[in-house]
Amino acid sequence: MLLRLLSLLLLIALWQAASMVADSRLLPPPLTVLAVIGREAHSHALYFNLGTTLARVAVAFTLAMLLGTIFGIWMGRNATFNRLGDPWLVILLNLPALVIIVMAYVWLGLTDVAAVLAVALNKFPNTVVTIREGARALDPGLEEMAAVFAMPWQTRLKHVMLPQLAPYIAAATRAGLSLVWKIVLVVELMGRSNGVGFEIGSAFQLFDVSLLLAYALPFVGIMLAIETFLVQPFERHVSRWRPKAA
Amino acid sequence: MSPAGDPKQLEVFVKRKAFRAANGGQREVLRDFSLTLEAGKIHALVGPSGYGKTTLLRIIIGLDRDFEGHVTLPPQTRIGMVFQEPRLLPWRSVLDNLKLAAPEAAEPDLTKLADDLGIGDHLHNFPGELSLGQARRVALARALAITPNLLVLDEPFVSLDEVLARRLAGEITTLVERTRITTLLVTHDIDEAIRLADHIILLGHRPAEIVGNIDVTLPRRAMTADYAAKTKAQIGAILAETSV
Repeated sequence: MLLRLLSLLLLIALWQAASMVADSRLLPPPLTVLAVIGREAHSHALYFNLGTTLARVAVAFTLAMLLGTIFGIWMGRNATFNRLGDPWLVILLNLPALVIIVMAYVWLGLTDVAAVLAVALNKFPNTVVTIREGARALDPGLEEMAAVFAMPWQTRLKHVMLPQLAPYIAAATRAGLSLVWKIVLVVELMGRSNGVGFEIGSAFQLFDVSLLLAYALPFVGIMLAIETFLVQPFERHVSRWRPKAA
Repeated sequence: MSPAGDPKQLEVFVKRKAFRAANGGQREVLRDFSLTLEAGKIHALVGPSGYGKTTLLRIIIGLDRDFEGHVTLPPQTRIGMVFQEPRLLPWRSVLDNLKLAAPEAAEPDLTKLADDLGIGDHLHNFPGELSLGQARRVALARALAITPNLLVLDEPFVSLDEVLARRLAGEITTLVERTRITTLLVTHDIDEAIRLADHIILLGHRPAEIVGNIDVTLPRRAMTADYAAKTKAQIGAILAETSV
């Protein structure tokens, strides 16, 4: 933890040094950015835009994870369904994010539904691929045990299957959060009139790097906090039964 | 537990069971095979590995339905199964493993059962923290926790050391004699079968058939060294005869 903090401080020091060399318009020093953050926070614009973006991230992420997990388990366990679904999956995986976003806006209009769907659809195939690997590695011995002991499906899901998938779900979560929030910004830039992405778009038009960083950094901070205080503790909790490595 | 005076038996009849071999042909494991288990008795199914013991067992407990024939179980049969490997849920504590298999059992009963099997101190451990012997006991406790009327044990002592195997065998004997659960023990160890069973069913040939059916008239604690030796000689003679 201390080492992490130290490495973060080093990054800020490097930024300070670089800003002293460069033009302050191209790379403003940390304190200037902090002042802009304060200004934006004071007018509540920061909270509003962060909140809006966070809500879009949450909905798109939940949608992609939920559907991706269901389809991943299904494809991992059913060979026919896997053969049927695999070409679609490859197409979706290789469809550029931009194409999906533009199509969603063209078909559904410049709405929040289109924005969130476009983001979810970008994350969905990655989740399916990761969870599918997990579903293929499920222990058939435990499944037989559950069958012989006539465990109801809720018990099988919660106590037999999901604990085996937990590492795969954690991996998909980690990769997913960063992917989803990056794509949400693009979606906001292209078709929404609020959110961090929209503000960054305005900052670009004004060539205002301070404003850009003032919106980007708090969001990175939030994502870092989610990773540290939610994802990692969840991982530790679900792997507490594993014998500790020496 | 089945009510007294209910001598319902378990009957298995397998007309044919075959596996598809890698070369596209079929390998027959069982043909015209029938087996009856008497209520309240310990039956040992003995035979060398690869002779369909495990296949038969999977058919009896309902894991393999891809065969011609039928299995008749007494109504409301609860099968307590002890697999060769313990097959515990490694991410749940020992107590949770018992509870998940037997959600209707009262916790004091489970604790008592665990104490009887010498794992009472490990209820809050994870299975990964147990030795193989302890994990086997938990698997046995789990099978007994559902108050089964059919107990199926697949090589429950394999890869345990002699002392541990004998002790566990003793514990199983005590429990089964007290509760009179119909028991099917699958083993390749003839001595073990003689020590534990009321009936010994010898498997041989391929596709498997019953080559010997031995009633142990002085079972378990009534057993004398002399009687054990005699029974073993008898089994040896049957096996020698059929392997020609």
